[in-house]
Amino acid sequence: MLTLKSPPTRIEVVQAGKGRDLLFLHGAGGHMPNDPLLAALATKYRVSAPLLPGYGRSEGEEGLRDMLDVTLHALDVMEKLKLKKPIVVGHSMGGMIAAEMAAIAHTEIGKLCLLAPAGLWLDDHPIADIFAMLPYELPPLLFHDAEAGRKLLTAGGGDMGDLEFLKQFLVMNARRLGMAGKLLFPIPDRGLAGRLYRITAKTLIVWGKEDVLIPPVYGDAFKKAISKSKLVRVAKAGHAVGQEKPAAVLKAIRDFF
Amino acid sequence: MKFTWFHLMPWPHMPDDFRQKHRSVWVDLPSRMYEPELGHIAYHQYLDQLEYAEQVGFDGIGVNEHHANAYGLMPSPNIMAATLTRRTSKAALVVLGNSIALYNPPLRVAEEFAMLDVLSGGRLVAGFPVGTSMDTNYAYGTIPALTREKYAEAHDLIRKAWAADEPFAFNGRYTKLRYVNCWPKPIQNPPPVFIPGGGSVETYDFCIDNTYSYSYLSYSGYLRAKLLMDGYWKRVAERKVDESPYRAGFAQVICVADTDAEAERLYGPHVSYFYNRCLHVHPGFADAPGYRTIKTIQTGALSQFAPGSGRDYPNMSWKDLTEGRYIVAGSPETVRQQMEELIKTLRVGNVFGLLHIGNMPDDKVRHSTKLFAEKVMPHLRNLWPEWQNHDDRFWCHPMHEPVPTRVAAE
Repeated sequence: MLTLKSPPTRIEVVQAGKGRDLLFLHGAGGHMPNDPLLAALATKYRVSAPLLPGYGRSEGEEGLRDMLDVTLHALDVMEKLKLKKPIVVGHSMGGMIAAEMAAIAHTEIGKLCLLAPAGLWLDDHPIADIFAMLPYELPPLLFHDAEAGRKLLTAGGGDMGDLEFLKQFLVMNARRLGMAGKLLFPIPDRGLAGRLYRITAKTLIVWGKEDVLIPPVYGDAFKKAISKSKLVRVAKAGHAVGQEKPAAVLKAIRDFF
Repeated sequence: MKFTWFHLMPWPHMPDDFRQKHRSVWVDLPSRMYEPELGHIAYHQYLDQLEYAEQVGFDGIGVNEHHANAYGLMPSPNIMAATLTRRTSKAALVVLGNSIALYNPPLRVAEEFAMLDVLSGGRLVAGFPVGTSMDTNYAYGTIPALTREKYAEAHDLIRKAWAADEPFAFNGRYTKLRYVNCWPKPIQNPPPVFIPGGGSVETYDFCIDNTYSYSYLSYSGYLRAKLLMDGYWKRVAERKVDESPYRAGFAQVICVADTDAEAERLYGPHVSYFYNRCLHVHPGFADAPGYRTIKTIQTGALSQFAPGSGRDYPNMSWKDLTEGRYIVAGSPETVRQQMEELIKTLRVGNVFGLLHIGNMPDDKVRHSTKLFAEKVMPHLRNLWPEWQNHDDRFWCHPMHEPVPTRVAAE
């Protein structure tokens, strides 16, 4: 656990693997049980994956209200972890945070990898409202193979009929998505489009070809807005591209950096 | 006891296959279903009914705020209350209320409530709801986890604006005003305040701290409200304040006819319309993550998600609804008995009676209203004799001699 003084937070950090430093920022769902992407990345990198307050054992979400708060918090965490020129990887909401970090602190972030990041809004391609979804509606939205995705999401899960489990689930869901809502509700746009020009990092953008939550056309928009960027499209993968095709995402990162 | 005749102002023309064709009555129901010229008729009929309620002796008439909602057609309850100030003269105008986190700046609420209080000659009862998740988060876009902080700040601003006699600066997180200067000021300063609550401990304390009346607006009847209201009274006892029943209110669907059987015949279809169509809300809109506090989830609010607690409204018969006391319906004697039980078991000094239900036609609304006013209400007036059946802190204080309104043609 990391402790930061201002705003006061306590941060759980998942660390695994050896090699070059890689900072991983999760999406609105947090880490998945036995997260396949983290496992794959840890085979080649020294992975540090902090959990945002509201997720897991990380606390202090009441002190983080908006995009700037979260961006500066993430930069503080990176500094506290003493990572050496890490590759900063972020998925979905984590990609949005990573892009903001790279835009605001562009001298500090030289290698950036955005996995289906949130943060832009195209009127012709509205992003579905995850905050109005019921749990059973999520797997087909997040995965190309919805059935495999459902198993991944519920691995180690319990019985929703059990009151104690249900209570824990509701609290966990409210904490996580309550925090995520500060960046994503009701429209996942906090002005990133106007700041992407500041990113000087070498940037890899990865998108699942079958992403139905944030459609692949958003990949083109990110590619266009970030100067030193490359877009890699992964076949047979949905929004959770890293969890669905961990080997392909690992290879793309290894090839690019 | 204080009886307020409360209108939701539902859209009365939802088709029979509404449930099959639409996932929700609220938030994303296409507005093409609304026909403005029929809306004109409905609004005026509804306002007439509120005025009628004053005429037959209700203490208050009530309106509330909803957005993108086919069972609540008052995005601005203040407009409705304003029309009522002109053709009523005695009843409290219970505006329950303005969702203060949604106004930018929330000073607008201080101003409009002051206007209503002045217009009505001091008859305003002001409500400050947090607002449902459907209204506040989904229809109006407030970030769920910040809603309560925004609400608390708005409340602070409104109370300061009413209290101040000089302009002042307000440097809030969500509202920054160099010159807060509330013109007009309310006659009652402050007006009595009712807070619609849903079982969070924070709201209990908020009411106790500010001497506001806690109002539970539920459609599921008084038996299921017992646990929640017990929680409130337990908190009142813990806080060692007096236990005036006027610290609390409850909303109840009520239908009165000459006999129990007649009540079912007259009102059954409209009750069914209400529970089947009006309360058909997509569960994904019910509770945006972050809207409730963690403490609340860990305590009372959870019970609604527990297995077996799901209310199966579409399949509930008249018998289920009456025997389960979701609705209080029947002959004047039946209704009197059940209302007495409601008032005593929940310990409430305020009742918000929902006597227009779903798509009920005007003649039935008036019939039920008149029977309640004449044959039920008088028998319930003296249930809190130890409080002289009134508590000055929780009701309006009208001017003694308001000006009579004149008709232009005279």
